[in-house]
Amino acid sequence: MLAVVVVAGVVLLTFVIAHAVPGNPAASWAGPHASPAQVAAAAKYLGLDRPLPVQIAKYFEGIFTGNWGLSIHTHQSVLSNIATAAPASLELVIAALIIALAVGVPAGLASARRPGRPADQAIRAGSILGVSMPIFWMALILQLVFAQRLHVLPVAGEYSPNLLFTNPLTKVTGFPVLDALFTGNWPMLGSTLTHLILPAVVVAAYPAGLISRMVRAQILDTVGETHVQMARALGLPERDVFGRYLMKLAWSPVSAAIALVFGYSLVNTFLVESIFDWPGLGSYAVASIGTLDTPAILGVTLFVAIAYVIANLIVDIVQAVIDPRIRLR
Amino acid sequence: MIEVPEAPAPAPTPAPAAAQGSRGWLRSNPLLAFGGAISALIVIIAVFAPLIAPDPGDAGSATHPFDVLKPPSANHWFGTDQVGRDILSRVIYGARISPLVALFVLLIACAIGIPLGIAAGYFGGWLDDVIMRLTDIVLAFPALLLALALAALLPPSMTSLTIAISATWWPWYVRLIRGQAASVAGRPYIESCRALGISRRRIIFRHILPNAITPLIVQVSLDVGGVILTASALSFLGLGAQDPTPDWGLMVSEGQTYFTTDWWVVTFPGLAILITAFAFNLLGDGLRDLLDPRRVILR
Amino acid sequence: MRLEITGLNVRFGARSVVDVDELGVDDAEIVGLAGESGSGKSMTTLAVLGLANTVGATVAGSIKLDGRELVGLPEKVLIGLRGSRIAAIFQSPSMAFNPVFRVGDVALRALRRHGLTGSEATGRVDQAMRGVLLSPDLLRRYPSQLSGGQLQRVAIALAVALRAEVLLADEPTSALDVTVQAEVLELLRELRSRDGMSVLFISHDLAVIAELCDRVAVMQAGSIVEQGPTDQIMSGPQHPYTADLLRSVPAIERRG
Repeated sequence: MLAVVVVAGVVLLTFVIAHAVPGNPAASWAGPHASPAQVAAAAKYLGLDRPLPVQIAKYFEGIFTGNWGLSIHTHQSVLSNIATAAPASLELVIAALIIALAVGVPAGLASARRPGRPADQAIRAGSILGVSMPIFWMALILQLVFAQRLHVLPVAGEYSPNLLFTNPLTKVTGFPVLDALFTGNWPMLGSTLTHLILPAVVVAAYPAGLISRMVRAQILDTVGETHVQMARALGLPERDVFGRYLMKLAWSPVSAAIALVFGYSLVNTFLVESIFDWPGLGSYAVASIGTLDTPAILGVTLFVAIAYVIANLIVDIVQAVIDPRIRLR
Repeated sequence: MIEVPEAPAPAPTPAPAAAQGSRGWLRSNPLLAFGGAISALIVIIAVFAPLIAPDPGDAGSATHPFDVLKPPSANHWFGTDQVGRDILSRVIYGARISPLVALFVLLIACAIGIPLGIAAGYFGGWLDDVIMRLTDIVLAFPALLLALALAALLPPSMTSLTIAISATWWPWYVRLIRGQAASVAGRPYIESCRALGISRRRIIFRHILPNAITPLIVQVSLDVGGVILTASALSFLGLGAQDPTPDWGLMVSEGQTYFTTDWWVVTFPGLAILITAFAFNLLGDGLRDLLDPRRVILR
Repeated sequence: MRLEITGLNVRFGARSVVDVDELGVDDAEIVGLAGESGSGKSMTTLAVLGLANTVGATVAGSIKLDGRELVGLPEKVLIGLRGSRIAAIFQSPSMAFNPVFRVGDVALRALRRHGLTGSEATGRVDQAMRGVLLSPDLLRRYPSQLSGGQLQRVAIALAVALRAEVLLADEPTSALDVTVQAEVLELLRELRSRDGMSVLFISHDLAVIAELCDRVAVMQAGSIVEQGPTDQIMSGPQHPYTADLLRSVPAIERRG
């Protein structure tokens, strides 16, 4: 299918980037004090002395068999690094998207009910504000206000380190919140949730603004149609009209927007992870950037691209399920 | 659709008739007016920076060891940073950087996007397929990520930043122009143009391009805010501007270590980013409302 | 059942679109409201349903249902009346249904809001469907799966299921084929004689009105210029506008 072609292209593109870039990965691998012989040995080890087509073929083979190269700064398999770090980032993105939906959909609906009035203008301004927010700055400000000054929420980390002694977390899924839930570890659950709030709210700002505007636009597009008057004429109260009735038409485009914003939000989480000491892909990526760890950078890029493609596929399926217009075509 | 004789906006407010003049326009488009005003203000500040900033020298590599990390005061409205530079001046000079990057990025995106889009939309066939698959692949990466990867692999500078962001931004424009070109190219009157022997170049320049301009303007105005945010994020990560350039993202990053005790070093540059992105987004949104005929009815 | 409209004025700001001195619909009566497109006929429908404000219009005057004043009633009460006493069907039946809901969904929900249980509601709607000669299975289909004629009959069935006493039909057959049109008209006649349902039949098509309606009111630019029994109006129009309308439909001139 189309997705396969795209993924193949993505893989190729990352390879192209890797090799278009100045810098000598062998030298980085061997370290700053290596002798020329050691650098040459490193080059051989990393397979950099083979002809280009062979390297490309090996790269593709590696990607699909799980060999994503060796991370230069951790000296471990890139794929295993990613596997360890990914759940934390994914947990954050998903939490953020949930918050964004919970805030954005009602806001968009409220906005659409009385278009042009003060409430609408205010919500629209708020949505655009959310979309204009520099994430890293918002993270710093919220952290300062809520954690350090008001002491309402924790400063950083996924959960309180003390709990590791009293209520250690057993790994089931790799997602701390889910693990705590499934093992009935209530203190840990509380801790993971409170630690999740600030970062998730920060990442949720952009999607919430986007969803709010989408919902408003979709509803206003359809509110004048005959079937809406028909529904009212049948005795459907206005609250239902703007709630279930019109919203059902909007879910399809909103889902598409979520797929779009998933990739964007995932990268946004990378930005805030260092601020909140969140042990996810972002921290790994930032460290990789700092050490010019090309395989790691490319590995993360590839991972995000693939996750994005998968998210789009999931949305396609969801759309087919909830929207009969797509199914029946 | 129920036959309703020329109903205005479905809100029980008096019709915002155009005949009411500039006052009426302002009241019915408060967001656009506000956005436009602030955007213009920012451009003015950028242009006249040397005249407005109290300490123009501080925008560069000046150091004032005795004025380090002073809180906001009458002398320094935004306080001073970790080497004693006046933050207000640096923020003012910063207004020259972000919008300029946005300008270049969008120019490049258009320069690549328009020809490719027209080629794909007008000529169709295998050319269209190839170009579309290419854009699909680039679009499979979230823009920020690709820019991040590219910027990380290039030596850090504003130029690298601009190149990195441009490389991720052009596909949207190809798609946009292609859509417009394809829909216009399919219309019967283009067929008759061809039958009359009008040259391809003329058709493209006199018929296809003009139709594409309006959505292009809307898209560009909407994107300015996005590019500014992307650029500041990359600078925050250290991948763009380097010290002593007074780039807002860089300033936030530099001020991070002092944030808990000296809040002003981070707050004001970040606020500048927010306000700039906000203003341009409002402007773009308002322009879209104004120029997109569908939306006009539903304001 | 008597629907009495007196001194009704519907306006958008300063612009008046409906100005009706008097219009009435009695029990088991089909009244035609004739006029060109844009003459304000549809706004009359919305005004009777109390939905004029949803398009930004204001309503003044009197609309009485069995002596009860509808203008100015609180929304809650109006919701109770809609569907259950006054119902409406619209032009373009394919647009009258939400494409992402099954055809019967909205009506079932409305019935349950009126106090019926799930099975009671289903029972009523199924019976109504059979009454319009459609299989109740069609209720589970989506609008895109039914034809225009079927959809219009479903719309009528829903009005019947809700026990509407008066049906406001806004150009119900204008978007349908002539043969399907005949079926819908026959259905309306049947409902009148079998259930005593009244219809306010709004149309620009005088031929259809002549065929179906007992009485006719002719609307020009929002006002009723002439009304009376159909035969009387068709054979001897008093107002020049009515005469104009009749002239444009050659078939009617040949009638009695």
